Amino acid sequence: SPGTVLETHCTRRQNISHIRFILIQNRAGKTRLAKWYMQFDDDEKQKLIEEVHAVVTVRDAKHTNFVEFRNFKIIYRRYAGLYFCICVDVTDNNLAYLEGIHNFVEVLNEYFHNVCELDLVFNFYKVYTVVDEMFLAGEIRETSQTKVLKQLLMLQSLE
Amino acid sequence: MPAVSKGDGMRGLAVFISDIRNCKSKEAEIKRINKELANIRSKFKGDKALDGYSKKKYVCKLLFIFLLGHDIDFGHMEAVNLLSSNKYTEKQIGYLFISVLVNSNSELIRLINNAIKNDLSSRNPTFMCLALHCIANVGSREMAEAFAGEIPRILVAGDTMDSVKQSAALCLLRLYKASPDLVLMGEWTSRVVHLLNDQHMGVVTAAISLITCLSSKNPDEFKTCVSLAVSRLSRIVSSASTDLQDYTYYFVPAPWLSCKLLRLLQCYPPPEDGAVKGRLVECLETILNKAQEPPKSKKVQHSNAKNAILFEAISLIIHYDSEPNLLVRACNQLGQFLQHRETNLRYLALESMCTLASSEFSHEAVKTHIETVINALKTERDVSVRQRAADLLYAMCDRSNAKQIVAEMLSYLETADYSIREEMVLKVAILAEKYAVDYSWYVDTILNLIRIAGDYVSEEVWYRVIQIVINRDDVQGYAAKTVFEALQAPACHENMVKVGGYILGEFGNLIAGDPRSSPLVQFNLLHSKFHLCSVPTRALLLSAYIKFINLFPETKATIQEVLRSDSQIRNSDVELQQRAVEYLKLSSIASTDVLATVLEEMPPFPERESSILAKLKKKKGPGAVSVELEDGKERGELNGGGDRGGDAAIAASNASTPSPSADLLGLRSTAPVSGTTPSAGSLLVDVFSEAGPSATSAGVNDDGFLSSAPPTVASEDPAPPLPESDELLNKFVCKNNGVLFENQLLQIGIKSEYRQNLGRMYLFYGNKTSVQFVSFNTTVSCPGELQSHILQCICTHTHTLLNVQTKTVEPLVEGGAQVQQVINIECLTDFIDAPLLNIKFRYGGALQNISLKLPVTINKFFQPTEMAAADFFQRWKQLSQPQQEAQKIFKASHGMDTEVLKAKLLGLGTALLENVDPNPENYVCAGVIQTKAQQVGCLLRLEPNAQAQMYRLTLRSSKDTVSQRVCDLLAEQF
Repeated sequence: SPGTVLETHCTRRQNISHIRFILIQNRAGKTRLAKWYMQFDDDEKQKLIEEVHAVVTVRDAKHTNFVEFRNFKIIYRRYAGLYFCICVDVTDNNLAYLEGIHNFVEVLNEYFHNVCELDLVFNFYKVYTVVDEMFLAGEIRETSQTKVLKQLLMLQSLE
Repeated sequence: MPAVSKGDGMRGLAVFISDIRNCKSKEAEIKRINKELANIRSKFKGDKALDGYSKKKYVCKLLFIFLLGHDIDFGHMEAVNLLSSNKYTEKQIGYLFISVLVNSNSELIRLINNAIKNDLSSRNPTFMCLALHCIANVGSREMAEAFAGEIPRILVAGDTMDSVKQSAALCLLRLYKASPDLVLMGEWTSRVVHLLNDQHMGVVTAAISLITCLSSKNPDEFKTCVSLAVSRLSRIVSSASTDLQDYTYYFVPAPWLSCKLLRLLQCYPPPEDGAVKGRLVECLETILNKAQEPPKSKKVQHSNAKNAILFEAISLIIHYDSEPNLLVRACNQLGQFLQHRETNLRYLALESMCTLASSEFSHEAVKTHIETVINALKTERDVSVRQRAADLLYAMCDRSNAKQIVAEMLSYLETADYSIREEMVLKVAILAEKYAVDYSWYVDTILNLIRIAGDYVSEEVWYRVIQIVINRDDVQGYAAKTVFEALQAPACHENMVKVGGYILGEFGNLIAGDPRSSPLVQFNLLHSKFHLCSVPTRALLLSAYIKFINLFPETKATIQEVLRSDSQIRNSDVELQQRAVEYLKLSSIASTDVLATVLEEMPPFPERESSILAKLKKKKGPGAVSVELEDGKERGELNGGGDRGGDAAIAASNASTPSPSADLLGLRSTAPVSGTTPSAGSLLVDVFSEAGPSATSAGVNDDGFLSSAPPTVASEDPAPPLPESDELLNKFVCKNNGVLFENQLLQIGIKSEYRQNLGRMYLFYGNKTSVQFVSFNTTVSCPGELQSHILQCICTHTHTLLNVQTKTVEPLVEGGAQVQQVINIECLTDFIDAPLLNIKFRYGGALQNISLKLPVTINKFFQPTEMAAADFFQRWKQLSQPQQEAQKIFKASHGMDTEVLKAKLLGLGTALLENVDPNPENYVCAGVIQTKAQQVGCLLRLEPNAQAQMYRLTLRSSKDTVSQRVCDLLAEQF
């Protein structure tokens, strides 16, 4: 709308800030989940997967959980042999996404009853459902573990 | 709690996955997959109708195969069939397949949309959510066209279930981001804002993302969200750690929602209403207070969640930059984190403090932490933390601490990680220049820089030291003495030889009185390095030698002998040979007076922005730090704000393969990209190009006897734009596709599309001849502004978004063939001059060199805005300052046909508003120009006078340059 003082305060970061992708990979670089919130062609996806693996696996526990990645950053956390990675805008809140990962992992753990890598392999189509309950359109959709698990339990009971 | 057993429900799938996992080799896996594909294909083709369960199972197997990285070319129809099943598990697999393997097959899209439509109207919340998630995951334009009207209705309907509302809000967000023109604001918008009050915190969590996005685009329409957000935040912040039950995470009430609320507030200036503001300040203080309380849990989750809120609150405090008390408190809190045992916190504190350093209120407070930061630079294990420490030192540097910081950075450079050395070098060079009180310190610092990290000292850095020495006569003698001493080192970096050669050539006379640095000693010292240097440096040294002959006649014989030697005069390198020949001739033919004129001391360089700063800006991608949001603010002397590329106006990128989102992820680098690095021969030009063409070195081309002197590169410079290029540009103001240029050899066609502040242009170069074009090369650049960085710059690059291979157009274009080039464009702020497109190729040996204006004009970034008459006139009145209006009265140069006029106005990109102007002959339009920096609302009125065959065109916008530019552009169209 024309002619307002607010225009100059219209910051650019909110528009572009959202999750670009979520990746779960094991140490060998096998992808256990890839959820894309932007359009990429297949080659680009493959390249991203390989690059994320390369930057994340060289880091140790003394390093931060954040890595600059192109013009973005990866927030990641390692659980046993699995790396959970979220790619977000550089101005996004690191700790909020770091705990977003943990919240997601705790839900998976409850849902699959002590989740392990194989659960994600054999039930890949269910993992997508869990993701969509918690993250949608690159944004955090629901954060309550109770609510998410209740919904998943309900869906589980459906034929 | 539910425990899902392995692959429950679909035994066949589990068996298949197990088989794949048991494959010992890639070949075995492929064999097993091919067997399965054949099996599935036969089932799908078979006579027997498959039941829902089997269909689901096979579709799921196909999906698994696809996710393993194999192509799937069938099964789409079966997946679509699953969508109309009334069983959840079958529907879910169908939707998942569609979401993962998006297919733009129009036949299927219609069927998919149909199934979605049915599910949206099913009133079954589970099915509605599945459908909404599918739209949110695919987000295609077809889906936006079909559902952008329906989803807002679902979102605000009173009887919609909470979970459906959550999905609808984010689904709408996705459609708005992908196709903002299709999501029309309406009465639902005010109801969306009130979702901030919703009882269900999940609904608020989802809706706030939508509200934040809409607010940042239409701040006025959504400004009521500020007070709602503040009161919601206040309720959360003041609640006890168990009040919010489901939404309490490790004793922290609603951490993610709090962060989102704080982020929403960053779309706006501080609240004007005193009560709201008071409440917000109270919240921020509470958040800062809580950081001091003992933790309620030792778990890292607890402290992370708490600190996520804290950092977001600090971001808001920095965004407001108006509460000195809060800024200083924030700084103190971050100061504590600087020594925290958690690496994450140290990293984030350094990063956040960097933005605090650029606030006048907290700059001093940040400076008190200098010792801790220096220590971090020396001791942190994680290179990214050290990098943040270096950034912070740079940001906190001012006159009072520059010497200390520069010294620390220099000593860090000796051991710095290779990946950050170049940037460190640039920063040291900038600080040394900016805060130099006496220039001898500056010269020492740069020479140290070359000594310590010579390999990382880019040309910009050593050009700059020469510029400064030439411009300041108080330091010239010192510089000559210092480089002379530095060159004594047995192994000195080639960059040192370059600087030494240049400075001694210009100012060697200032130290020649000392017998220890007599002319011959100087010459012998330089020449002792000659043979170890690369061609460009040798070329530079030869120029220094001829200057020596002029400065010190006593060296003439020695130097002539050197020039005459076979290794010079018969050097296999053309540039060196040419210089040797020409300089030898010059020194033997020209009289002393001529020689003295030709080799006169370099004139001072015009003062302009440091080339180093430009380079650093280029290195840093956009948004590397986040303070630079309010453009109205004075940055003053602080460094934090200056090192980002955010001021550039248009970023265009060349990409050889189209990729829809290249502009969002693309790396930005400054143009022009021609793919050729400066050749050895162009060195002379490079050195002097800073001074403009008048300073062309030894001026050898003044005299006829050296007619071949100008380096060949000169003729390769892009030609000036064709005289008709403005006319060609005007042809494209109201249209996006067509033929831009045509001559006997070449045709250039254009197709372009724009969305918000982004655009993509496809250029088609057609070879009209039967002979191939060789060395075909195109560059896009922005004239003038690129150098001066006033308002705009065009950044071209050849990266596709995440595909960092640099590809340009193929250098060969066969006869009759056409090649395509994609250019991604991002409008950062408003601009006037169009980017230049230069095309060079050889046709039958002759160089063709054509420059055109690329038809990118500010109106391309219009988004049409529909509004009622009352709104229009109210806004029209608001824009009543004289500079906001631009008007032109001009004669019609084409017919005044109504339909043609309408088409042109629509082509301009604005909305044509019917029934607004009381005079039905007149046309009024409204639109918002979307740039990255801001949005500029624009109103237009065109009054035709059929009798006089005249028009009066009036433009009003919130920005004078925009009004004028759009008015100028449009006036050419009628």
